[in-house]
Amino acid sequence: MTAGFSRPAAGHVPVLRLGDVLLVTLQGDLYDSMAEQLLQDLGEAIAGNRATGVVINVSGVEIVDSFLGRILAEIAAKARLLAAETVMAGMRPAVAITMVELGLTLPGLRTALTTEDALRLLGETDPVLRPGGTRPGSP
Amino acid sequence: MPEQEAVGQQGSPAREVGDFLHRRREQIAQRWADETLFRAVFTVSRDEAVEAGRAVVDALAQVAVSGRAADPEAGGFLVVREQLARMGAARTRTGLTPSQVSNDVDALRPPVLDLLLADLPDAPADLLRESSNLLTVLMGTLRVLVLETALDEGQALIDRQRLQLLEVATPVIKLWDGIVAVPLIGMLDSARSQVVMETLLEAVVEQQARYAILDITGVPTVDSLVAQHLMKTVAAARLMGAECVVSGIRPAIAQTIVHLGLDLGTVVTRATLADALAHALRKLGSDIVTPSAGGMGER
Repeated sequence: MTAGFSRPAAGHVPVLRLGDVLLVTLQGDLYDSMAEQLLQDLGEAIAGNRATGVVINVSGVEIVDSFLGRILAEIAAKARLLAAETVMAGMRPAVAITMVELGLTLPGLRTALTTEDALRLLGETDPVLRPGGTRPGSP
Repeated sequence: MPEQEAVGQQGSPAREVGDFLHRRREQIAQRWADETLFRAVFTVSRDEAVEAGRAVVDALAQVAVSGRAADPEAGGFLVVREQLARMGAARTRTGLTPSQVSNDVDALRPPVLDLLLADLPDAPADLLRESSNLLTVLMGTLRVLVLETALDEGQALIDRQRLQLLEVATPVIKLWDGIVAVPLIGMLDSARSQVVMETLLEAVVEQQARYAILDITGVPTVDSLVAQHLMKTVAAARLMGAECVVSGIRPAIAQTIVHLGLDLGTVVTRATLADALAHALRKLGSDIVTPSAGGMGER
């Protein structure tokens, strides 16, 4: 990495905090250095904010390679060690097919259709966050 | 230019046959119009059949003079290729086998040969034999051409139907809010499995479905490849945030899967589509209640 080419502001993926949940939105081309930076930032953010959940929205990602797949798996593993659960939301069909063809089924990662679903999913597992207290299937 | 000489020479078989075809063009076309091949294709008017016959005779004459009687790619045939294709295709579509079409074309030969023999009564025996030989070769090439196009037509039909099958055979059905199903029918090959996977995943996004049911009741056999495709579809759906349920695995298929040593451990399976739907509904939080048992019968 040459100093002349590095742009510190663009090198970070923003991590938003919503209560006890951290929200990361990946968009467009994610360079390897950015992905690695995100892995580090997220670790610090989870520890610093005492987050119990992480939602990664990948609906803006059109191309995924084996490296990004591994980073996602690593994020999930790291978050779990820090007592937070990771949910990936909004993966596109073409990306999902590519991931499967690459053999990256991300077994340790929970998934949801949308960010909203992901937040609900985290709420269901964490009783404190459960909205309204109505659990599906309860009388 | 020895070749030019040979084909252009007065009294050579090529020239003789070419001249004969030009001279007797009208008669041959008239006779052909009465043969099965032309009669069956040009049902509307006989004039049309005669017109087509003339075009074919012209083409034959041109090829005969050019000295490439055995070559289906010869220049003269290009002109009538479309016409022949139409005839071959029309015969094939009526359900005739290639050999029957071949016989139809072969029936065009005797009238021409008769005319040729009648036309050259004083010709030397050598020339007569060579001329009729050439004519036979010419007609044989015509036969090959028609057959070729007839077979092409059959192949085109198969391709068209395969495409239709791909489109028709994989409907994604919305069973409930958030539940989609794909009833799979017939053999699954990799091309079809790919289409199934794509359409299902598209539908998951479109319908915001949290449950996708793959019903394989109509699949006669499952081999390791098909099972692998099923697993891939399930994994891809999971990555997108939907849960896949496989239903309708028949006992024989279950046994095959066990025999093959395939591990479907991570896949949720249910016996029937109804069971799968019930499972998905329950997971979505809507219980299925029968009026008598649930006490909801009173109104």
